[in-house]
Amino acid sequence: MQIVNIVQLGIKELRSLLRDPMMLVLIIYAFSVAIYTGSKSMPENLNMATIAIVDEDRSPASSRIITAFNPPYFSLPRLISQPEMDRRMDNGIDTFALDIPPNFQRDLLARKSPALQLNIDATRVSQAFTGAGYIQSILTSEVSEFLRRYRSSAALQVDLDLRARFNQELKQAWFGAINNLMSNITMLSIVLTGAALIREREHGTIEHLLVMPVTPSEIMLAKIWSMGLVVLAASTFALGVVIHGLLAVPIEGSWLLFLAGTALYLFATTSLGIFLATQAGTMPQFGLLLMLVLLPLQLLSGTMTPRESMPELIRDIMLAAPNTHFVMMAQSILFRGAGFDVVWRQFASLFVIGTILFAFSLRKFRGFLK
Amino acid sequence: MSGKPVGADHQPQRHIVRLEEVGLRFGKTRALDAITLDLPSGCMVGLLGPDGVGKSSLLSLIAGARVIQEGRVEVLGGDMADAAHRARVCPKIAYMPQGLGKNLYPTLSVFENVDFFGRLFGHDRHERERRIGDLLKRTGLAAFAERPAGKLSGGMKQKLGLCCALIHDPDLLILDEPTTGVDPLSRRQFWQLIDNIRADSAGMSVIVSTAYMEEAARFDWLVAMDAGRVLTAATPRELLQQTGTTTLDDAFIALLPDEKRQDHAPVVIPPRAAAADEDVAIEADHLTMRFGDFTAVDDVSFRIGRGEIFGFLGSNGCGKTTTMKMLTGLLPASSGEARLFGHDVDPNDMAVRRRVGYMSQAFSLYTELTVQQNLELHARLFGLPPAETPARIEDMAQRFELAGVMDALPEALPLGIRQRLSLAVAMIHLPEMLILDEPTSGVDPVARDAFWRILADLSRRDNVTIFVSTHFMNEAERCDRISLMHAGRVLVSDTPAAIVAQRAASTLEQAFIAYLEEATHATDPVPTPAPTARDGDDVAAERKAGRRRLFDARRLLAYSQREALELRRDPIRAALATIGSVVLMLVMAYGLNLDVDNLSFAVLDRDNTTISRDYALQIAGSRYFVERPPIADYTDLDRRMRNGELSLALEIPPGFGRDLEHGRNVQIGAWIDGAMPSRAETVRGYVQGIHADWLSKKATQLLGKRAATSEFQLEMRYRYNPAVASLVAMAPAVIPLLLLMIPSMLAALSVVREKELGSIINFYVTPVTRLEFLVGKQLPYVALALSNAVLLVLFAVLVFRVPFTGSFPTFMLAALLYVTATTGIGLLISSFTSSQIAAMFATTLLTMIPAVQYSGLIDPVSSLQGVGAVIGRVYPTTYFVTIARGTFSKALDLRELWTQLLPLAAAIPVLIGAGAALLKKQAD
Repeated sequence: MQIVNIVQLGIKELRSLLRDPMMLVLIIYAFSVAIYTGSKSMPENLNMATIAIVDEDRSPASSRIITAFNPPYFSLPRLISQPEMDRRMDNGIDTFALDIPPNFQRDLLARKSPALQLNIDATRVSQAFTGAGYIQSILTSEVSEFLRRYRSSAALQVDLDLRARFNQELKQAWFGAINNLMSNITMLSIVLTGAALIREREHGTIEHLLVMPVTPSEIMLAKIWSMGLVVLAASTFALGVVIHGLLAVPIEGSWLLFLAGTALYLFATTSLGIFLATQAGTMPQFGLLLMLVLLPLQLLSGTMTPRESMPELIRDIMLAAPNTHFVMMAQSILFRGAGFDVVWRQFASLFVIGTILFAFSLRKFRGFLK
Repeated sequence: MSGKPVGADHQPQRHIVRLEEVGLRFGKTRALDAITLDLPSGCMVGLLGPDGVGKSSLLSLIAGARVIQEGRVEVLGGDMADAAHRARVCPKIAYMPQGLGKNLYPTLSVFENVDFFGRLFGHDRHERERRIGDLLKRTGLAAFAERPAGKLSGGMKQKLGLCCALIHDPDLLILDEPTTGVDPLSRRQFWQLIDNIRADSAGMSVIVSTAYMEEAARFDWLVAMDAGRVLTAATPRELLQQTGTTTLDDAFIALLPDEKRQDHAPVVIPPRAAAADEDVAIEADHLTMRFGDFTAVDDVSFRIGRGEIFGFLGSNGCGKTTTMKMLTGLLPASSGEARLFGHDVDPNDMAVRRRVGYMSQAFSLYTELTVQQNLELHARLFGLPPAETPARIEDMAQRFELAGVMDALPEALPLGIRQRLSLAVAMIHLPEMLILDEPTSGVDPVARDAFWRILADLSRRDNVTIFVSTHFMNEAERCDRISLMHAGRVLVSDTPAAIVAQRAASTLEQAFIAYLEEATHATDPVPTPAPTARDGDDVAAERKAGRRRLFDARRLLAYSQREALELRRDPIRAALATIGSVVLMLVMAYGLNLDVDNLSFAVLDRDNTTISRDYALQIAGSRYFVERPPIADYTDLDRRMRNGELSLALEIPPGFGRDLEHGRNVQIGAWIDGAMPSRAETVRGYVQGIHADWLSKKATQLLGKRAATSEFQLEMRYRYNPAVASLVAMAPAVIPLLLLMIPSMLAALSVVREKELGSIINFYVTPVTRLEFLVGKQLPYVALALSNAVLLVLFAVLVFRVPFTGSFPTFMLAALLYVTATTGIGLLISSFTSSQIAAMFATTLLTMIPAVQYSGLIDPVSSLQGVGAVIGRVYPTTYFVTIARGTFSKALDLRELWTQLLPLAAAIPVLIGAGAALLKKQAD
């Protein structure tokens, strides 16, 4: 294996990329605008949840409840009639509909424990639980405030002092920005190496390389370093300028450590890209294969659903995927400020997965060239 | 020259093409420079000239395939800059671009290729079958009607290309180097065919560019070009007279400007010294190559001495290239042995590769690198010392006359110059052996001679062994020895003179054809004129009917049918699209769980009393939390939160139980890992709920009746999905995602693929409109996506047991609109991307992010902000997610959902319209 060949072939890859202006535009878009808007659009956890209220009581108690729902958690409640409620929920206009029964206030004061009805659109799982919890606590505090004016009651005095660490205000935008960065890293690194390889075959240039004194491992390493470098440069830019700069997301841990981890991750994903290319005969097949691999990788990496909430089988399978470890590593370093002493496990996993993918791809790649 | 009438609806005219001050630039390169020229109608016009003088550019301008930059191009009595005129005349023009089978579809059979063109020109079934049968019979392709075009030999590909061009009885046939890379026998048959066809369809004009001077002699009128200008235009005889030469080869050289002519000298190859024969450079010993049942190379043996020029001749597809590939180690031989310099060919032997220069038949250099960069790259890869590299590159640039194009991209260069570049690259490391596969195909006579002088020099002076395949007889005559190959076997191997003598032929070409005809037993029928003469009025009437329609369903369906055929020929693609959707649905619907549970927590219990342990037990006992070993101290707490082990850490203060019993205010500390805000939010909700629950229980226990009972009841009704099962919520939402990404990717690639591989030219030069092209390509993918939709619903209902409560017809109607829109997104992306990589990346980027994040899949659109909210409101997926959830879970039908269907329907014309507007109908 000759370093000079790897360097030269890698430079060739970089030059090829420069010749595709649309691709450059897309890369820049993916690592700036897409991350920025993606992060800015992220709803805070319970943001503007739509709620409608059927007020059949029309008492001071019920109006007290109605005025308690405010942005940003809830959109201003819309007062509707009972028949309207079903139609609006069917059309997905309201996620929550609260029905305050007639004589609510009277029954409340008479200690009859009146029942409020809360309808929840459970197809919107993400808001259903948290929203219901919020609504319950709003109702409890409003009702007890209301009653305090009329009587007092004894209660246990235990405060729960809840604090979030690492992202005190639980800003979804921070999380979203890092998340989009990670998914773009994955997407781009696989597309760049895999599609470039198919393109070489479709244009017959691969065959040409093979009559020259270069080995398959040199060709593959050249693709890995050059495309990895492009993605690494784009990520550094995105992290420094877009995420830390424009979006003002605090970076807790070491940049260098994160970039080193990213480099290790890129080693794995670019190898994966080459492997996929060796399995696909044509570009359309590669495109489909890409979807087949990319979607589960992105959705099951632990950013959408926390890993611990996944079925055990999927959780175990996903341990073999490089981005599971990358996501853990990135969250630890960037948000929790973890050092190498904490994330060395992820580094080791990425290294092992990357090496296996590389060795496997190299074998397939040799066959692909035949 | 004759002035016969061309088509009944035209005034008789003498000139079929009139050019006035036509100019063309590619960046800084001037391809055509103020060309003014009239081409006579009804005859065969030849365009001659070295490579890169603008022949191909001129032809593509005449064919209407390229945008006119300067000057006026008048074809068939109208201005080609005028789109209406182009639409009117393009059914009368047939254009065959340069390159073997470039405008054919390799996976389609011979019949299907011609049939596609017939449909494009609006012939009905009966008419098509009659014409195709006729054309295939005449070209001798009838026996191969079912063979895929990609598996035809070069000569057959060109004949098929001709069939495709002639299917609509054009008035003007434009052929760009139709016989380049075609063997002499096929070439002869090709021209006989053209003659026959011209004899039948009186008045058809033909414009041909060619690199074969002997072919030019049979044309009626010749245009000699150089450096983007016309040197002269005359009949062949006039041309010979003008220049005072006897052959067109010489005449052409005589016409060149002085400085170019000076470079030219006849090729003189001194005889070889006999002693050198002892040293064998290449040895093939009973080489055989089988691909399945097909034997491509059958028991071939030869020995080539060091310094010898060994020629390899044979019809296309006879196994020359395969033999060469075996010698270079690109293909392992099925049996037999190949030796280079006495060593067995070993693909992993880098030392041998350094001694060999190989040039493959197809241009295989990097089109994204400039000429200079290509040369540099290869110099480095072959390990040339950096100090010597610039001088070597300069030397090569001079030898192959590349100096003027060093910064150009190969794609912008004509075939001939690209071939020279390939040669320069093959020779940059001064190899001891050159294996050249048709190195001079498409190269003009001057450059070819220059090239052969270099070969002669290398062979005789530097003792370089040269193994070369060619279709040019004058080149074959220059070889020391030649082998004739046919159908995988070597027919004869000897010196050119001996071969001619053996056959008692007068020229090598005749000898060659004689050998071939003997070998084939004349199976390839000499094309015979078939009685096809038709009434001119009929033709005119027919044309009038089939033309000038802005929208023709038949042309649209022609594209649909072809796309569907290609899809069927690529079963892996269709299978991936179908099975892939199901697999993805399975993975995502199971894996995407929005119901957060199994959260890890640990307690730092400083009180350690029954009551504090009871508090921790309350949390551990809920189904949401899993308890981890207790926390030792703050350092432990910090460490375990940092590495993500704990989602929740609780601190119970000392004296907790005592204070509580005394009614004193106590405080429990709780830290939540905020790295994943949505999870943190859920944890917060759970902890608060459990805390409140514990409190009220304890209150009843400790305070008894004094405790306040709950003031009110909150009845929660989880609607549509009573168990709040993630699966019920996710399965209907995943379907829109899958019906977006896969169809849009397929649609985008289907168009960009044509751009990248060249068959887009058919769209440029046939009457098909942009809308017909796009919609035609879209339909098969809509059908595929719809069948996927059915499959996914079945899968959700039968396998996931997700109840489908609403109206299935409504769902399918929405799915139809939706997949039409999603394939439309793909088409829109394809209109502004030109490489498949960019199209793929763009599709992934522009579908996955909006669909997953902005379309209500996870967060409702109403809760989004900023740009995301805007995208969410216009993106079709949003509406289909609502419809899918409505029909699956909410028992809804069209009456409730029509408001959601309208935006979907509206998106279709917008997307396809934008795609059509951005798509270019001509090359830049």
